[in-house]
Amino acid sequence: MEKFVTFTSTVVPLPIENVDTDQIIPARFLKATSKEGFGNNLFRDWRYDKNDQPVASFVLNNPVYKGEILVAGKNFGSGSSREHAAWAIAGYGFKVVVSSFFADIFKNNAMNNFVLPVVVSDAFLAEIFENVDKNPEITLTVDLENQKITNNATGNSENFAINSYKKECFLNGFDDIDYLLSKKNKIEQFEKAN
Amino acid sequence: MSKTLFDKIWDKHVVTTVEDGPTQLYIDRMYVHEVTSPQAFEGLRRRGLKVFRPEQITCMPDHNIPTLNQELPIQDAISKNQVDTLDRNAREFGVNYYPIGHALNGVTHVVGPENGLSLPGMTLVCGDSHTSTHGAMGAIAFGIGTSEVEMVLATQCVFQSRPKTMRITIKNSLKSGVGAKDLALYVIAKMTTGGATGYFVEYAGEAVENLSMEGRLTLCNLSIEMGARGGIVAPDEITFAYLEGREFAPKGADWDKAVAYWKSIKTDTDAQFDKEIIFDAEDIEPRITYGTNPGMGIGINEAIPVLSRDGAFPVSTAEEQSFLKSLEYMGFQPGEKLLGKPIDYVFLGSCTNGRIEDFRVFAQFIKGKKKAENVVAWLVPGSWKVDRQIREEGLDKILEAAGFEIRQPGCSACLAMNDDKVPAGKYAVSTSNRNFEGRQGPGARTILAGPLVAAAVAVTGRITDPRGFLNADNADNADFRR
Repeated sequence: MEKFVTFTSTVVPLPIENVDTDQIIPARFLKATSKEGFGNNLFRDWRYDKNDQPVASFVLNNPVYKGEILVAGKNFGSGSSREHAAWAIAGYGFKVVVSSFFADIFKNNAMNNFVLPVVVSDAFLAEIFENVDKNPEITLTVDLENQKITNNATGNSENFAINSYKKECFLNGFDDIDYLLSKKNKIEQFEKAN
Repeated sequence: MSKTLFDKIWDKHVVTTVEDGPTQLYIDRMYVHEVTSPQAFEGLRRRGLKVFRPEQITCMPDHNIPTLNQELPIQDAISKNQVDTLDRNAREFGVNYYPIGHALNGVTHVVGPENGLSLPGMTLVCGDSHTSTHGAMGAIAFGIGTSEVEMVLATQCVFQSRPKTMRITIKNSLKSGVGAKDLALYVIAKMTTGGATGYFVEYAGEAVENLSMEGRLTLCNLSIEMGARGGIVAPDEITFAYLEGREFAPKGADWDKAVAYWKSIKTDTDAQFDKEIIFDAEDIEPRITYGTNPGMGIGINEAIPVLSRDGAFPVSTAEEQSFLKSLEYMGFQPGEKLLGKPIDYVFLGSCTNGRIEDFRVFAQFIKGKKKAENVVAWLVPGSWKVDRQIREEGLDKILEAAGFEIRQPGCSACLAMNDDKVPAGKYAVSTSNRNFEGRQGPGARTILAGPLVAAAVAVTGRITDPRGFLNADNADNADFRR
């Protein structure tokens, strides 16, 4: 996978709480057998009306908002374990999702697809929403090496947590299976002992 | 050192822990369904790998399959492709497999426990968030994503960071007419939809100990709806009686040895949880939801709350917006009561409430009554085994006499990946697990409830407190307390 490097981007704001996986990608779009193409149906039922026409008021249809960072209200990704939600977000082109709280399974799924979930404080999140509401051109800088996110509109920054194993994976583009496969002996020993 | 039930099982399954990283956890059994597995099998193929422990993998299609005419080819070409892909993968990789129509086919989370595949002390995973269900057996069970499904296929292990532990104790007994689903919806409303995120929850207390196995499965099933990694109930005599003699449960001397071990894994009396919460079962009424997440629930006689920035209990702007968006979708007003509201669809089924006991409760209530004409009812057994039991007990006769038909097993209208879709704008009272926007079909409006409330709605065509009927003929009241 591609290595994660520090980057700066404008943001797409979604100030809704408890955005569940059925909103990220509705169940009827889970029938594919590959990981491709889910980005087209990201937030499908908010993004398109029942005649498949874009809903002008939805943020992804507003050309003013663009970028590789999605900023969402708290408890993002609740509900199903469908990795299709992470594939849809990655497929659309987001590299980072910023929120004050993520659902567990979504967080793992995102990381397994090299989408970085960044947890910030409620106040930091509210400030981003306020700033972007006034000026859609504002940017955030995500520095994984130093685990720091900066709101360039205000210069305020916060540190975010990530375990050092996953951080290495992101910085080097490794995945878990490579690591687990290297531990086959340990697994067989474990089976014999139990 | 004193340990919780969760700690004992977890510690026994740790292969290694990566320094400042996750735990490599050994998985005793993985269930696989058609929606979250194709990319995982494809990943194995790309890496040139076999399934590491095929005897510990159990596959079955459930999400996409029709609930009528399963003997015919699936009409929807994309659904058919996904089901066929599982068929191909299961056969090619040599894993246990219960295809459509197989005597053991059904909804994964119904099939596992009822056949003794999910046992106390195990670690169990599936690419499905409602894997938490199996925790009712006294196991660590949780949902995973497709990348993790691939990890388990390749190595029988997953990487997990150790969750924190929480104990939710429900003291006293549930009142008559209040069941496990009402208990679960009450707990979720109190905890909120993200309130247990990061925790693994042990349910304890008199009300939980008195639940049947089916009731415990319903309770643990819904753990994910408050964000919990999983839920677990200590195995006891109810668990052992449920499991004894089931197809894949240990037999003879192995059984005795297993029971002795299962008895040893209870939480130690002085073990510490990261969080302890206590509720009183006597506070719980039959429940319904009014919004678009399972935490947005009320007692059936209560009014929808009023959440606003400038109210008595002020909330944030984002919270107010989310609340109003949700009510707008549902077509409800803050402060409104829902009792008496006309309902278009009733769904009995799913991994939450598709077990034999749910059908018993529903049928017992329906007996001698008629289905309301304005209601379309979908009664979908959780498995063929449940279907056979329904017929053996004569519940099918009761239901058919009242104007209901029983469909074939599958996930069905819970997530509407097959043809069982609630039309836009219509109201469904559903015994399933999620009332998210569009969950039961684009624009569908879902009200979650237990099987008893669903039965009362199915005969009255309106949101109805089932206890009004129970008082009229209260001879069987005790049987509804599940």
